[in-house]
Amino acid sequence: MKLHEYQSKRIFARYGVPIPEGDVATTPEEARAIAERLGGTVVVKSQVLVGGRGKAGGIKLARTPEEAEQVAAQILSMEIKGLPVRKVLVDRAADIRQEIYLGIVVDRAAARPVMMASSEGGVEIEEVARTNPEAIKKVHIDPFIGLRGYQTRYLAKGIGLDPAFHREFDRIAHGLYRAFVESDASLAEINPLVVTANDDGSLSLLAVDGKMVLDDNGLFRHPDLTEMRDIDEETPAEREAREAGLSYVQLDGEIGCMVNGAGLAMATMDIIKHFGGEPANFLDIGGGAKAERVATALRLILADPNVKAVLFNIFGGITRCDEVARGILTALEEVKPDVPMVARLVGTNEEEGRRILEESGYSMITATTLAEAAQKAVAAARAR
Amino acid sequence: MAILVDKNTRLLVQGITGREGEFHSRQMLEYGTQVVAGVTPGKGGQFACDGRVPVFDTVAEAVEATGANTSVIYVPARFAPDAILEAADAGIGLIVCITEGIPVMDMIQVKAYLDQKGVRLIGPNCPGLLSPGQAKVGIMPGHIATPGPVGVVSRSGTLTYEVVYALTARGIGQSTCVGIGGDPIIGTRFVDVLEMFEADPQTEQVVMIGEIGGNDEEIAAKFIAERMTKPVVAFIAGRTAPPGKRMGHAGAIIEGGTGTAAEKIAALEAVGVHVAEHPEQIAELIAAMRS
Repeated sequence: MKLHEYQSKRIFARYGVPIPEGDVATTPEEARAIAERLGGTVVVKSQVLVGGRGKAGGIKLARTPEEAEQVAAQILSMEIKGLPVRKVLVDRAADIRQEIYLGIVVDRAAARPVMMASSEGGVEIEEVARTNPEAIKKVHIDPFIGLRGYQTRYLAKGIGLDPAFHREFDRIAHGLYRAFVESDASLAEINPLVVTANDDGSLSLLAVDGKMVLDDNGLFRHPDLTEMRDIDEETPAEREAREAGLSYVQLDGEIGCMVNGAGLAMATMDIIKHFGGEPANFLDIGGGAKAERVATALRLILADPNVKAVLFNIFGGITRCDEVARGILTALEEVKPDVPMVARLVGTNEEEGRRILEESGYSMITATTLAEAAQKAVAAARAR
Repeated sequence: MAILVDKNTRLLVQGITGREGEFHSRQMLEYGTQVVAGVTPGKGGQFACDGRVPVFDTVAEAVEATGANTSVIYVPARFAPDAILEAADAGIGLIVCITEGIPVMDMIQVKAYLDQKGVRLIGPNCPGLLSPGQAKVGIMPGHIATPGPVGVVSRSGTLTYEVVYALTARGIGQSTCVGIGGDPIIGTRFVDVLEMFEADPQTEQVVMIGEIGGNDEEIAAKFIAERMTKPVVAFIAGRTAPPGKRMGHAGAIIEGGTGTAAEKIAALEAVGVHVAEHPEQIAELIAAMRS
């Protein structure tokens, strides 16, 4: 689950990471009121869950409250990469002297968190990794020992940060690490972390932009964070699927797929493409799927107007073919589809599953191999 | 021979009185696996699977009473990290965790702890292990497999069955089928299993089934080039997967433009591994190799 910039920064702030003064507005008038309260120049930032907001014109400076209102009106009417802007963050503008990057992700190969810092702040870390990998310094964090001072000194020195800021950097790095661990995050980054000039002329570090991605599997521990989910992260169908315990990703092809197992679901999409079709979705009904869940899955597939054929590819392991067959029938009774359906059921209780479908009276194209099933589904979709 | 599990495996089932635990314990017993004990806290003293398997409150008690040396875990995600650690502390040497949905932060700690103790974990979020004709540990449907010379290792569950089914249909048996799991943090990775297959006298060819996300397939490609003498046929799922979307498995996601199927296929082909276009072709490639 992705969090917005303002949500991420508020979490960071709870762990002592300094963030700019600011607030969120959903209307131009609110943006103006925030700018008035903050005084001076503000930055108005679109809150959408995609990168490249700046380039798209979704981040703008405003010198006066009136200008903040105008800019907010403009940004709130934008769409960035297809996502409507529903909120803007109005932050006091920082006097930026230097920009760096600080982030944590899980290093899968090392099986532990890795903290990364780069002297190239404001640039996506993947971009820096491609163009200037030496600019990135990394430390792996032992889950039992945690982040240590010598590690943050290594990072700070490695990216050429003025020693005057090393203590503050250490404090921020520890705050970020705690935010990462205690939120069950899979990514937490401050980009850029800046050296800013304060009103009294002193210099300090400030987290100007922030981003967090949370581990969906850890959300049960965080009801407060779960509530932060943005509706734009998923399509309505994807949300319904998630609430039903299904994993579903909407695509733009014409063959709906219902598969058990993520790998097999991907392979089913791939083989549809291989035989000249386009998959309409990724859908994994999960292990041990019950009839009700299967019915929800079928409803979701058939609700997509692009779907011209449905392919059921079920290989029974923990999922039993008879349960899936019953689910398909339950759904068919409700949905009454008018598209051709191809079914392939193999594995645990396969005879029972096939018998249920055969005796149901619904006309269903059957197949024994995956290649055969995919070819039949592609042909059936083409015939319409 | 086979790897990891065989006739001598004395299996303990954690979560044996749950719906899935009981169902699959019966299937494992039917297959001929020595299921010697079950553990469900609070149900010690009872028997599961029609009185065939004694149930204990703790893994330590079960190990002491039955000499169990391998554990399979079917407990819900929020209790599974505890179950893994309990098994490791009770002296179990091989732990197979079927459970899906364990938070990454928990797995980081669990993995670090198990590595220190030298305990092997398969999974989590995996279908388990099957050494055809010897032992079935987990949820793989036993009837699709047959003993033989092909080692199978996979990040996916059902996709593994697909491949095993196609191999068996061609009369090609398997030494051991290993589902390593679809999570970002897993106990045993491709290279670990490839190393075991390389050393296993029964295994003549290896099938490796990967998917998008992470770079374990690339690491495996390097290992195959440097250390393996046995031929490997691979398949990578997710050629059509869009970036930034988690494709079911927590670990199956293209992030920051990396972890794509194209990169993995290129890395494997660069070291001479045959990469199949679709799952059923894997069996064709293996058959061609053997004829």
